[in-house]
Amino acid sequence: MYWDQSTETMERSALEALQLERLKKTVDAAAQSEFYRDRFASINCDPADISSLDDIRRIPFTTKDDLRESWPYGCVAVPKDRLVRLHSSSGTTGRATVIFHTAHDLDAWTDILARAMYMTGMRESDVFQNMMTYGLFTGGLGFHYAAERIGALTIPVGAGNSKRQIQFMKDFGTTVMHIIPSYALHLTEVFEEVGVDPRKDTSLRIAFLGAEPHSEKTRQKIQEYYGVDAFNSYGLSEMNGPGVAFECPERQGMHIWEDSFFVEIIDPDTLEPVREGDEGELVLTTLRREGMPILRYRTKDLTRFVPGSCGCGRTHRRISRITGRTDDMLILKGVNIFPIQIEKKLMEIPGVGNNFLIILEREGYNDLMIVRVEVLREFFSGNLKQLEQLRRTITEELRSDILITPRVELVEPNTLPKTEGKAVRVIDNRKD
Amino acid sequence: MIANQISIFAENKPGRLSKVTSLLAAEKINIRAITISSSDEFGVINMLVDDPEKARRALAAGGLTVNLKPVVAVVIPDRPGGLDLLIRVLSDQGINIENAYGFVLESWEKAVFVVEVEQVEKTLEILEKNKFKTLDAEALAAIEPFHYMKY
Repeated sequence: MYWDQSTETMERSALEALQLERLKKTVDAAAQSEFYRDRFASINCDPADISSLDDIRRIPFTTKDDLRESWPYGCVAVPKDRLVRLHSSSGTTGRATVIFHTAHDLDAWTDILARAMYMTGMRESDVFQNMMTYGLFTGGLGFHYAAERIGALTIPVGAGNSKRQIQFMKDFGTTVMHIIPSYALHLTEVFEEVGVDPRKDTSLRIAFLGAEPHSEKTRQKIQEYYGVDAFNSYGLSEMNGPGVAFECPERQGMHIWEDSFFVEIIDPDTLEPVREGDEGELVLTTLRREGMPILRYRTKDLTRFVPGSCGCGRTHRRISRITGRTDDMLILKGVNIFPIQIEKKLMEIPGVGNNFLIILEREGYNDLMIVRVEVLREFFSGNLKQLEQLRRTITEELRSDILITPRVELVEPNTLPKTEGKAVRVIDNRKD
Repeated sequence: MIANQISIFAENKPGRLSKVTSLLAAEKINIRAITISSSDEFGVINMLVDDPEKARRALAAGGLTVNLKPVVAVVIPDRPGGLDLLIRVLSDQGINIENAYGFVLESWEKAVFVVEVEQVEKTLEILEKNKFKTLDAEALAAIEPFHYMKY
């Protein structure tokens, strides 16, 4: 039942000793990067000062902006020859952050993700269908190599092409799938359409749900419809990607692999640690990465530690479902979107007025982004074709930037709601 | 002659047209012709009115997005084949009509066909050469009383 029993069930004291040893190594390694060298110099911090886990608080937080500003190689801590792969955060072109890996880093990442998948019950006899986008997005290649490491037959089918997904599930006897929860819900309609019942006509038994937050109710729906056990997971490209935290069969929170990450939960306002069990912002430090170590990374994700020990025997602490964000990032169909990106793009398009509104809707099982845009008064020439052209331009420009096709609606100037002068930018109507 | 058509950008929802008509009614502006073309959730209201500039000011003051656009209002005979006479001339000369609508001035006598074209000047020349009469807003306003008197 364990992939790596000694690590997974390590006594807390031994685990913490391992963490300290790896933290020291990580801080030393980080100091080799341009970004951390400058940062340590600016605050008179010497990696040799780290003599206990608490000493980590002497190191400043790292933010997404820091990573962005160190583009392209500022955070790399090894000679470039040793890098073998780069990945990037999902969705964005303008605001992407890039993470580099050495062969050792990929090996360690694959190891903890294989550990997580094995923990849920996946074995080498399984057939694994990876329905995530391959490429820069970490959910594709990350799961792919971990499934191969377990020894499962791995189908790199990628995202989309729903009928083929179903065909493959049937014909190859897929037992485990990795799927975005909103897509899993959408796919139920395609199952109906082609007259396939996943409970009867497929051998599915496990679903890994990832890349976007989902509710317990969504999980129940997916479990019922597909006849699977669905497991929640957590990850972000800055911390490799998937595999940071994963549910065990107890499914009372996600075990966060503390041999690989040092975990803090802080109050996003005071930046002080919250009391154990209280909700706060998750802050992570890589403990096993050499190519691009990241110290005290502010994930902006809100969660809390699940108190007590877990029935599965693993000693690594658990975090709850992500309950929200400290910023206004939206996640739609697994893609991270910041309203500011949309604003920036819109304001570059001639004919767009001063205000816009993003509305997220769930239509059946499909998540949909509606962007309402005020037309610039002076732009209007009385021509319907010109307006339709403007709508097409906006749709295309946004699609190329956020990788999702929004439904663009043009509205009259000064008609969108404002509160105290500050425009309301996002309304999320998605419900279970 | 060139007539000025007034165009209004309006969302496709209840109350938008009534906003337009009430503003015009308050200013005692007479609507000669009106057409609405709409896309999914927005559209354009095109109108010929007796005082386009006054209408534009009133609508803009009411918060609407308005544009005045030159169009050609051609008088054609109100009988079978009347419109065909005009269209044949325009099509022979390669004039493309972007948008158009028509209304009757005097039953079985005269009708007006309003066309939006890209080459307004060229269209006017062609029409003049082919003895078609065109109207501006004032002319439209002036003709209509006779129309009423007939009945």
